[in-house]
Amino acid sequence: MLRRPFFWIIALVVAAFALAPVIGDDVELRESLLLATIYITLASNLNLMLGYAGYVNFGSIVFFGLGGYICVYLVNAQNWPLAAGMLAAGIGVSALALVFGLGILRLRGAFFALSTIGINEAVQALVSNFEPWGGSSGIYLSADVFQPLGGPGQALWVIYFLLVAVMGLSLYLSYAIKTSKFGLGLLAIGQNEDAAAILGVPTPLYKALVYSASAFLPAIAGGLYFFKSAFIQPSDAFDLSLSTEAMVITMLGGQGTVTGVALGAYLYEELRGFLLTSEAFSHFQLVIAGALLLIIVLFFPGGLMGWIYSRFPRTQRVLE
Amino acid sequence: MTALLEADRLSKSFGGVQAVHALSFTVREGEILGLIGPNGAGKSTLFNLINGVFAPEGGRIMFCGIDITGEAPYRIARRGLSRTHQIVQPLANMTVLENCTVGACFGRENLGLARAREAAREAAAIVGLEDRLIMFASQLTIAGKKRLELARALSAQPKLLLLDEVLAGLNPTEIEHMIGVIRRICERGVTIVMIEHLMHAIMSLSDRIIVLNSGEKLAEGSPAAVASDPQVIEAYLGDPALAAKLHGTD
Repeated sequence: MLRRPFFWIIALVVAAFALAPVIGDDVELRESLLLATIYITLASNLNLMLGYAGYVNFGSIVFFGLGGYICVYLVNAQNWPLAAGMLAAGIGVSALALVFGLGILRLRGAFFALSTIGINEAVQALVSNFEPWGGSSGIYLSADVFQPLGGPGQALWVIYFLLVAVMGLSLYLSYAIKTSKFGLGLLAIGQNEDAAAILGVPTPLYKALVYSASAFLPAIAGGLYFFKSAFIQPSDAFDLSLSTEAMVITMLGGQGTVTGVALGAYLYEELRGFLLTSEAFSHFQLVIAGALLLIIVLFFPGGLMGWIYSRFPRTQRVLE
Repeated sequence: MTALLEADRLSKSFGGVQAVHALSFTVREGEILGLIGPNGAGKSTLFNLINGVFAPEGGRIMFCGIDITGEAPYRIARRGLSRTHQIVQPLANMTVLENCTVGACFGRENLGLARAREAAREAAAIVGLEDRLIMFASQLTIAGKKRLELARALSAQPKLLLLDEVLAGLNPTEIEHMIGVIRRICERGVTIVMIEHLMHAIMSLSDRIIVLNSGEKLAEGSPAAVASDPQVIEAYLGDPALAAKLHGTD
């Protein structure tokens, strides 16, 4: 592990994220990078399904939202510490995904994609009517929950560092899976599922496992994000447009690559920040995301990384 | 010789068409068994039944003394039964080496990645793809893809190999090469069942031949015996008189 150059590239990225806002105590930079960590986490984990196994998961945001709810609820109503709440979110959502995955992953192509949207909508409807979680009005956290982390000001830093760690783990997970036997099996499934099964890849198990694995870190990120907001409601937690953005990022960066997806997420976040603050475009952020997706699918199917690989073939040896 | 694979009264139909009907046969360890018959005789369906792509509607399949009827293809592959496809199924955006590594990783030996790569290299060398390891499967010619099918199946180190028309679409030089490859594979102790339309190839390679027609066994025996069976000639040419005449002048 320590001898692989790519491991050190991930470590470098994590260090840069952690240190950049600390130097100069730049809160504005921290908030912008915090969004980038979330985009990178969501897109990297989506990439496990989309880029490796070739399954289009349009509803990946359900992991994020459900994780948020579990964590916020446990911290607020059960007085759990944040660390326990976020781990419970990760494990709980992962376990649910495993059960759902064994069912819906019998579907393929468009049918699977539709079922993932269905799951997100169903969970949103369920939560909207679930009184212990505040129904459609959601859950507000009191300021007291930040006390164990050293008050609201310091808590924001702690949450940021935790999100950077979650991002780092997401990148490492993508990398570790890609270079493993499990990853090889997933790539085979992504290319031709029937041929993979005939070669001996245990397709139902692998698909369910990767679906479950792709839920773990987004659920923790959701827990941290909504803990930070001190508020969660169904329309924010299960917002399909965030799912769509994760798709755009994955395609933009180059599905199936670790570096490309991280790069794509960072660039997308920058672009989004620019569009939101510029007067001319502030309401068109998703329109531009849609147009971008179209252009990528039509003209650059390999995404950013595909272009880099073909331009500089040597990078293939270092950048996964 | 002991039986490696035993099929007992296998049946499978599609809609109203009986593709395979109450078919029983045995594959002996170490042999090359040829499977011939006119188009639509049920040869490929039989392969799909054996390796679990279809579950048979009736009958039983024993492999190495274990009942594998109705098992999923990936379980059967793990048991040491590999196959190639008539219509090639490459993992197109993966390299030749990666394709073969998948076979080695998830085949009979259940190898780890590093050792699987070694096995994959070996298998690629056997079929003559050793200098194309880093090419993408999609970049190979048809002959190359056929070899890749074979290399990938071989990487799994199978006990039984099902070859579905590996010679179809190849030119005479490529056919000669492939025949040599198949012989070498058999010499390494792998039992082979092959479907082939190319008569001179299957006649020279097979120890035994089974002739299928309309999902049933029409004849079984040595290549010479089968070739001179009037029923077989009739199935191919459709004319008993012509069959008798050919037989007479043979």
